[in-house]
Amino acid sequence: MAETTTYQVIGTRPIRHDGVDKVTGRAIYGADVQMAGLLHGKVLRSPHAHARIRSIDVSRALALPGVKAVVTSADLPPAEDRTIQLGEGAVNLKYLSNNILAGDKVLYKGHPVAAVAATSPHLAEEALALIHVDYEVLPPVLDVREAMQDSAPLLLENLKTKSLGQETDKVSNVATHTQFKSGDVDKGFQQADVVIEREFTTATVHQGYIEPHNATALWNPDGQLTIWESTQGAFTVQRQLAPVLGISVAQIRVIPAEIGGGFGGKINLYLEPIAAVLSKKTGHPVKVLMNRAEVFESTGPTPGSYIRVKMGATKDGRLAAAQAYMAYEAGGYPGSPIGAGMMCIFTPYDIPNVLIDGFDVVVNKPKTAPYRAPGATNAAFAAETVVDELCEKLGLDPLQFRLRNAATEGTRRPDGPTHPRIGYLETVQAALDSDHYRTPLEGPNVGRGVASGYWFNVGLQSSVSINVNADGSVTLVEGSTDIGGTRASIAMQAAEVLGLKAEEVRPIVADTASVGYNDVTGGSRTTFASGYAAIEAARDVVRQMTERAARIWKVEPPEVTFANGVFHHTNAADQRLTFKEVAAQLGRTGGPVTGRATVAPRGVGGAFATHIVDLHVDPETGKVTILRYTAVQDVGKAIHPSYVEGQMQGGAVQGIGWALNEEYFYSNTGVMANASFLDYRMPTSLDLPMIDTILVEVPNPGHPFGVRGVGEVPIVPPVAAIANAIYKAVGVRLRHSPMSPGRVMAEILAQGK
Amino acid sequence: MAVIWIPSLLQSLTAGEDKVVVSGCTVGEIIDNLEARFPGVKDRLVQGGEIRPHIAVAIDGDVSPEGLEQDVQESSEIHFIPALSGG
Amino acid sequence: MPTKVYVQTRLNGEEVEFLCEPRQSLLEVLRDVLGLTGSKEGCNNGNCGACSVLLDGVLVNSCCVLGVEASGHEVTTIEGIASPDGLHPLQQKFLEHAALQCGICTPGFIVAAKALLDKHPHPTEHQVRYWLAGNLCRCTGYDKIIRAVLDAAQTTEAKV
Repeated sequence: MAETTTYQVIGTRPIRHDGVDKVTGRAIYGADVQMAGLLHGKVLRSPHAHARIRSIDVSRALALPGVKAVVTSADLPPAEDRTIQLGEGAVNLKYLSNNILAGDKVLYKGHPVAAVAATSPHLAEEALALIHVDYEVLPPVLDVREAMQDSAPLLLENLKTKSLGQETDKVSNVATHTQFKSGDVDKGFQQADVVIEREFTTATVHQGYIEPHNATALWNPDGQLTIWESTQGAFTVQRQLAPVLGISVAQIRVIPAEIGGGFGGKINLYLEPIAAVLSKKTGHPVKVLMNRAEVFESTGPTPGSYIRVKMGATKDGRLAAAQAYMAYEAGGYPGSPIGAGMMCIFTPYDIPNVLIDGFDVVVNKPKTAPYRAPGATNAAFAAETVVDELCEKLGLDPLQFRLRNAATEGTRRPDGPTHPRIGYLETVQAALDSDHYRTPLEGPNVGRGVASGYWFNVGLQSSVSINVNADGSVTLVEGSTDIGGTRASIAMQAAEVLGLKAEEVRPIVADTASVGYNDVTGGSRTTFASGYAAIEAARDVVRQMTERAARIWKVEPPEVTFANGVFHHTNAADQRLTFKEVAAQLGRTGGPVTGRATVAPRGVGGAFATHIVDLHVDPETGKVTILRYTAVQDVGKAIHPSYVEGQMQGGAVQGIGWALNEEYFYSNTGVMANASFLDYRMPTSLDLPMIDTILVEVPNPGHPFGVRGVGEVPIVPPVAAIANAIYKAVGVRLRHSPMSPGRVMAEILAQGK
Repeated sequence: MAVIWIPSLLQSLTAGEDKVVVSGCTVGEIIDNLEARFPGVKDRLVQGGEIRPHIAVAIDGDVSPEGLEQDVQESSEIHFIPALSGG
Repeated sequence: MPTKVYVQTRLNGEEVEFLCEPRQSLLEVLRDVLGLTGSKEGCNNGNCGACSVLLDGVLVNSCCVLGVEASGHEVTTIEGIASPDGLHPLQQKFLEHAALQCGICTPGFIVAAKALLDKHPHPTEHQVRYWLAGNLCRCTGYDKIIRAVLDAAQTTEAKV
């Protein structure tokens, strides 16, 4: 397709197709699913952060009237110690199964141990209290550096540190060691005129989606299992569920409901296998819901971490070397996003000498799951704060410094490949030129900070089919659950190809039995990859419709062209047929027309963001108030600008919460003390100003419309930008997140202010 | 022919070389040829006939889902990077 | 021994009657007894506003009201905001401003915003932010929600 710069549909802001259902409360989310004979499930979870299970006695629970079944890990097939590739990451089946229902050990407070199905949710809860578990309590380890010591309690008996396929002999809590190296950092630091080395720590943080996890399962006597739930990936659930339950993918149908937020936290299995085995045992459909405390304690937050960063620059402001030591908490089982953090930490810059060592470490906290650009926010907090210090020492404006050192097309990334066409430099320039940056900030205790961030985005696999309706509208069948407006962004790409209005494409999100394979809605891939599939499916429709127009005119297809929704006859200029006119004649010209496409697109474009924040610090309470916030981002091509802006604003605000308030408070026995929205303090409307956005469009050459994933990178810069602004406001540098009032005050008081 | 960039943690097996030019038409052939020159490397990258689960193969910057079967061009650059996606 | 209580109330302008256990919240009753799943559970302890309904015109978290307490009162839920003539201006503006992404918090916000505009037809941005601070949104960062509410206030005012 020729690169056209004027689009009919791309870049406009139609009402999203599922909008009316969502503003009227009609849309069906996972917990809204109802059916005849439904039983209700509840899960019993470990009160201890680390313990061996000696025995479980469910007899009294089973005896309670209204209780229909109780399950434990004994109701799941023995889990294989085997790792499967899921497309968006590798999963060890034994760890996955044990995380769903504990085997011989519980590894975090909240670890599921048993589950009950009863005729009402209240009865199910009463039944939980009647299950007796005999635990041998073990000392927990709750800090990544402590967990790495030889003296630390060990979580998993067989865990030995793996280093690119090679295993050490010693059992440890360090699951993996990864390294990126280029050039010679020792030489680089010697060449540098200024070298800064700092340590950072970040607390555990949760995705905070408002909708708790849910799953409804019906295991039919014919062996067919149907799951209704809110998930980011119906097919990914299917592929995890098959080995965990010991059945085939063919027996499983996953029907995705609408989803109330995910951010990466609704990809892994939690409740589905439990609902499934309860259904199998009772012969009824079973719905299992989490409450808010369970979401905090038993799903997958993002790692707490320890990061040490050393960066050196010459006095003309060129980075000479960068080194990082990064240790991420994986939670009870291995699998933190340490690799991703390593791939992002220095990637906005062109640095000749880099050494990054990363460690994935288990601790007695819930097993981590992806959270929007997983691992990158922690990393950017460290690196972007050190860059700010370098700028201060060198007397350079932080944005000018970034211009001087920016990675561009062809710059080699620390993990090895070179950047394709990217728009980082453009975001820095746009930030410099912005009204925000040009407006002086005056007053006591106010400060401005900037920071940049990178996320690589992924492509993975998508399938779309498009059916032409008799009135010339089309139905678009896709398989990407719609978390943030992707029905619209996918439909708009098809509409552009077909010459239709956005409203004339009717997108539906289908289940695993009704559409081809689709990887998760996540990884900033949906508008890119599912959109790509929609474009190819639409092109297939155009090919077929062209043949029909040719048949109507009794000519050969090469004599027919299609543009802007109209077919033309190359040898008879006055002949034209609209898409609608051809659609009305499908029955007479060969039958229905369905276009289809399956893609695994390459040419994924990475995303860069540069954020500017003005804030005020109350020197007597340490409270930080955000005064003004601008998120600048290279968005490739904004298909639906409102939803692109929405991603930037939402991600920035999650980052603001991460920076200022959000953390898991743990007692020294490993119990989360603030497992509620009251004390796990996410931003409210009163905490924020408007979030301004500047969309820089550097089209991704790897996509027909130039689409670049936009959803994740907005959460990467905020924590560092805020740390840098706090420094400008009150002269203290915080190196722990969150920078909550008590911690800000501690630094202010230590400074003698 | 392609250039394989050797991950730093494997360079002890390649006598410290960080880039090796190797012949082959697929990633699998390339790794086999690399193994012929530097024994022990293949086992670090391949398990059970497939690229190890936590490793992704990037050909000229694009992550390839086809693993060992992926075709390699004359002057391709091959990198082994952590396999992961996002949230 | 009957375990349920008989309750009579007005819901979205209609007389309704239902049976519920004394321990069931109004939120549970709406969702599980009456099948009105538009009000959502986000936290079940009054901290997120996803379950917002109006009780005699007053904004409440229905997870903190017992089903039996609705007896003899007037309950308005998200299902009662639109009319047969069409969407309420708030709903229309939420769509136009793209003030929802996943949409789970949207019913609560619309009910809360309606309560605001019913009481303060010409709110400032600060008033809107203050009034809606009991409704959590994790997707939008609130920007477009605030704009939608301010825009709807203009429209409602124009109607009057």
